[in-house]
Amino acid sequence: MNTRPSSERPALKIIEHRHYGRWFSALVVLLILGFFASSVASNPNFEWDVVLQNLTEDSILSGVMMTIKLTCISVVLGFAGGTVLAFMRLSANPVLSWVSWGYIWFFRAVPMLVQLFLWYNIATLYPKLSLTLPFYGEIWSVKTNQLISPFSAAVIALVMHQSAYAAEIIRAGIQSVNVGQLEAAKALGYRPGQIFRQTILPQAMRAILPPAGNEVIGQLKTTAVVSVIALQDVLYSAQIIYQRTYEVVPLLLVATAWYLLMTSVLSIGQYYVEAFYSRGNVPDKAKWFRPKSKNRELSS
Amino acid sequence: MSESITLRGIRKQFSGKTILHDVDLDIEAGSVTVILGPSGSGKSTLLRCINHLEKVDAGTVHVGPELIGYRQKGQHLVELPEAKIARQRQKIGMVFQQFNLFPHRTVLQNVMDAPLRILNESVSVVRERAIALLTRVGLEHRINAWPRELSGGQQQRVAIARALAMQPEVILFDEPTSALDPELVGDVLQVMKNLAQEGMTMVVVTHEIGFAREVADKIIFMDQGRIVETGNSSSLLDTPQHPRLREFLSSVL
Repeated sequence: MNTRPSSERPALKIIEHRHYGRWFSALVVLLILGFFASSVASNPNFEWDVVLQNLTEDSILSGVMMTIKLTCISVVLGFAGGTVLAFMRLSANPVLSWVSWGYIWFFRAVPMLVQLFLWYNIATLYPKLSLTLPFYGEIWSVKTNQLISPFSAAVIALVMHQSAYAAEIIRAGIQSVNVGQLEAAKALGYRPGQIFRQTILPQAMRAILPPAGNEVIGQLKTTAVVSVIALQDVLYSAQIIYQRTYEVVPLLLVATAWYLLMTSVLSIGQYYVEAFYSRGNVPDKAKWFRPKSKNRELSS
Repeated sequence: MSESITLRGIRKQFSGKTILHDVDLDIEAGSVTVILGPSGSGKSTLLRCINHLEKVDAGTVHVGPELIGYRQKGQHLVELPEAKIARQRQKIGMVFQQFNLFPHRTVLQNVMDAPLRILNESVSVVRERAIALLTRVGLEHRINAWPRELSGGQQQRVAIARALAMQPEVILFDEPTSALDPELVGDVLQVMKNLAQEGMTMVVVTHEIGFAREVADKIIFMDQGRIVETGNSSSLLDTPQHPRLREFLSSVL
């Protein structure tokens, strides 16, 4: 029997594979979420009215501002310092490389909380800071306690901590760039600083951004430790209120809500920054950043 | 303006193994020199010594009158700082086997960036030159593409345009067609032939014997870190003297 299909071109419609499993799993997830949401909403112990009432309380809002301020300062200074440290670590100069290694070793080894206390209590080690010139004497001095406020202690500790971690992330990014890129830039006559800024860093950013996003979000939450030196961030502001009213869970939910919101903003920001640095690599996202030009593409 | 290249006593070692044994080479201004040789013979290393991408262990490289990578102080050669070497490299174009276009820049940006940033020329001048160069290599319709959207042959032609945009005095080709599909090789070689006719000093490491025969003023055959045989294209390819060269030619032809 001849089973060969006929030579006519059949008008057959193609139906894509149906993913029943996806529909089923979506249903299961929705059900679980529904149960969870209804239990959270109907459980009076959550005290949602208290949560809503305190969400935009003045002291909470100023706590949020403090958290944002600490995060911004420590991320900006931390990554700037981390870039310098990564550069030193990869430097051909063995002194710079070892200094950077030592810094990273130390500030990754000491827990953030311990560092915070150490900086806050630095006055017990060095009660007075002074600038002294040989053969001239003291030209400037200040009591350490006047210099180290809870805020400055927190900033110093957070920046030191952040820069050590950022250095390793940036180093990984730099090392991920193909050596051919360095050679091409050298052969064209770019100077070392230009090679770093124009060729290495823009390409390293693709590898740097995902772990850097982790690190920034981690840092946002790490700032919560400053409550131990009575600096009023969002968590400490919530603690102050519940120590007065005993509404512990609702106020922790207030702090949680703010952390969720801030993290969401950072995550969305990360998406767009990543898309920018993926230009030339991910066709779909690249379109946004293609330069406008009079000479349009004629064909591909 | 084309320049001559003079190599004297170039020695290069990698972890104790000698890759180049005191190589001497004279390349006339405006000539095309093709370097042939089996892999591991040191031909790419020799090429990379010319623009100081490899540091030599002994010997001197001159492009025109200029000593590359060092300044002479009595009987010593003192290595120049990177910024000075960068200035010397501006005049020495290079094309790589793996193209090495900047993936985060479009075709036009790849060609324009170096003249803008390094030579500080005006955007309009650089743009005009870049588009003229890209037209010359047949890619004027792709100026806003990303490198990864191009075929290998197209990428290599952009890389040649990028090197030419710096208006170099000499241009080095390190196996420019070795990473290409066979049917894409022709376009790249055609661009190189046109360049040779315009009197650019070219040093080409390649396995393209046909290109060598047609274009080379001088062919050099290297083996185990030494120049074994030198000649013009017909003498070297048709009447090879050295047994190693005969063996090489019979295996690649």
